[in-house]
Amino acid sequence: MAKLSLEELRSLREKEAERLAKRGIHGKDVHVVVCMGTCGIQAGAKVTLNSIVDEVEAHGLGNVIVTQAPCQGHCEEEPIVEVHTPQLGSIAYGKVDAKTAKRIVEEHIIGGKVLEDHKIKLEV
Amino acid sequence: MGFKNYILVCGGTGCESSRSDLIYRTLIDEAKAQGVADQVQVIKTGCFGFCEQGPIVKILPEDSFYVKVKPEDAKELIAEHVIKGREVTRLLYNKTPKKPLEEVEDIQFYQKQLRVVLRNCGVIDPEDINDYIANDGYVALEKALFEMTPDDIIEEVKKSGLRGRGGAGFPTWMKWNFTKQAEGEEKYVVCNADEGDPGAYMDRSTLEGDPHSVLEAMTICGKAIGAHQGFIYIRAEYPLAIHRLEVAMKQSREMGLLGKDILGSGFDYDIEIRLGAGAFVCGEETALLQSIEGHRGMPQPRPPFPATKGLWGKPTVINNVETWANIPVIIAKGGDEFAKVGTTDSRGTKVFALTGKICNSGLVEVPMGTTLREIVFDIGGGIAGGHKFKAVQTGGPSGGVITEENLDTPIDFGGLQRIGSMMGSGGMIVMDDTDCIVDVAKFYLEFTLDESCGKCFPCRIGGKSLHNILDKITIGKGTEEDLEELRQISHAMQKGSLCALGQTAPNPVLSTLRYFPEEYEAHIKDKKCPAGKCKKLIRYTIDPSKCIGCTACSRKCPVGAISGELKKPHSINQSACIKCGVCRQTCKFSAISVE
Repeated sequence: MAKLSLEELRSLREKEAERLAKRGIHGKDVHVVVCMGTCGIQAGAKVTLNSIVDEVEAHGLGNVIVTQAPCQGHCEEEPIVEVHTPQLGSIAYGKVDAKTAKRIVEEHIIGGKVLEDHKIKLEV
Repeated sequence: MGFKNYILVCGGTGCESSRSDLIYRTLIDEAKAQGVADQVQVIKTGCFGFCEQGPIVKILPEDSFYVKVKPEDAKELIAEHVIKGREVTRLLYNKTPKKPLEEVEDIQFYQKQLRVVLRNCGVIDPEDINDYIANDGYVALEKALFEMTPDDIIEEVKKSGLRGRGGAGFPTWMKWNFTKQAEGEEKYVVCNADEGDPGAYMDRSTLEGDPHSVLEAMTICGKAIGAHQGFIYIRAEYPLAIHRLEVAMKQSREMGLLGKDILGSGFDYDIEIRLGAGAFVCGEETALLQSIEGHRGMPQPRPPFPATKGLWGKPTVINNVETWANIPVIIAKGGDEFAKVGTTDSRGTKVFALTGKICNSGLVEVPMGTTLREIVFDIGGGIAGGHKFKAVQTGGPSGGVITEENLDTPIDFGGLQRIGSMMGSGGMIVMDDTDCIVDVAKFYLEFTLDESCGKCFPCRIGGKSLHNILDKITIGKGTEEDLEELRQISHAMQKGSLCALGQTAPNPVLSTLRYFPEEYEAHIKDKKCPAGKCKKLIRYTIDPSKCIGCTACSRKCPVGAISGELKKPHSINQSACIKCGVCRQTCKFSAISVE
């Protein structure tokens, strides 16, 4: 690697800090949970998860954390995605394919609007 | 595509010794085998501090804290946690799955800690400079090179109130200022990484987990005092720390953060590593400088101090690893901000290596002013095996014991001195009621005796004489006069020895005499060792009313000293007994006692 100037070091730090911040949960207030039980995976949760991670990355959303969860007992609705935000609380979506996943990121997380057509109620 | 999970594997020496490197490689292999290599990044970090529970593996972003992980567990971690999103409960420290967005700080071991020096340990990959830069690395160097004058830098260190973490607690800014003001074209910066106290591994872990912080700090000091060359003196028995330093230095040079014209500022600075052979006395600064120069490591009379006449006779700043690791934080965030933590006497935090008879041994960093009770009982989890707390030794072989009555003393440089111990570099050894205090004093003396360079006689002969007397006491041949002689020789050593090694060598003797006079008396007058440790003074006996004659002890006794008929009380032949204690451990009926 070539020697850095002051400006290059600063822009490198900015870029690297973003990369490092992705690892942890500090300063993140939006939590997306993808159910990845056997039922979820066979219904296509892997594709859903990848789609969400890619969309979050593409929009540069630094405050979003995406994690996985085991089967929640609503296998007929899989793939299930839960979104927790401070504004809208906890919302669960059923039958989330890659396209719906993209909509969740754009409409729910960025736009702040619930996708009524995929919303499901999870009994606790 | 971005990574979905980040697996942090502890790469400190402690966890590496329990095969964490194999865990790291197995995790990578398993991720490949199970087809998720592009979704998970495996990172080897520095020490997490919770060494008792090692090897430690932390999976982000869930913040799942896995303990005592084995290489065989890698397959399950990838298959369950990474692929299916199920935490492997049996490996979790809390054994219960966490709620979403719950941080790992709910573990009691970490609750009272504040990580400043260890800010990057267990967070970044120490072999990747980009990780360090990402976490505010080299911000302080930028400021020092482009926005601050040498006097500004020293003023900031002064405001922080930072005192040397190597043991003596000398104000760091004064050292820098003396060296800056000293006449001479050539000046040097030295990092003392010759950590040698028994049970201490703070500096090693800092270098292993965050080598760049020390490089950055030394470069800042170079700018402040007008030096262009630094040396890190580290013992050869720290191979992992040396390796990580070498990697860090190579990366820094490639990026132009070391070498000529750093970041285009026109300032030249470079650092070299010097390996020590592991002599304890080389941690003493004048002996260390002798060793760097290629001479035998023997202390020199001070003054002149290194600040005026140090390495090759040139003005030299010499600071300990932990002191250096604080500098980037002070410069980046400001001395005032740093000084908010701690006590008026000692600002900032202190790292301790907590070992001995404690539940959670490990590396802890706490704000100055935290009490010993908090460290031993809250962070350390108390005494292991249900025994009773007896004392803590701080300051290693130069320090002293701290007893129950002083457990609530806030820890800072002055506080520890007032109760007859010292801060030292941060080794903290906890003792319980099975540790004999005379034996402990003898142990530390054996260490300093071994490590004395032999140049001055108070240390060379005084140490040997003290040891002889202690030995006499532990075999039951001590007299009342011996106690007075111990004190006299100790005071002579403190006054007459050339360097701190000899001056402080009698400290464990004096402090144990001060706090446990009754235990010395018991050895001398009653010829008994209350802790049941000194073999010449104890005897094992069988209580005939409890012994059922199961013969278990007689079968285990290695010297055949126990005899008796089946189902009838046994007895121990005292002249044959070697006092190994196996019979007592074997007896299921508590019939065997030691006194």
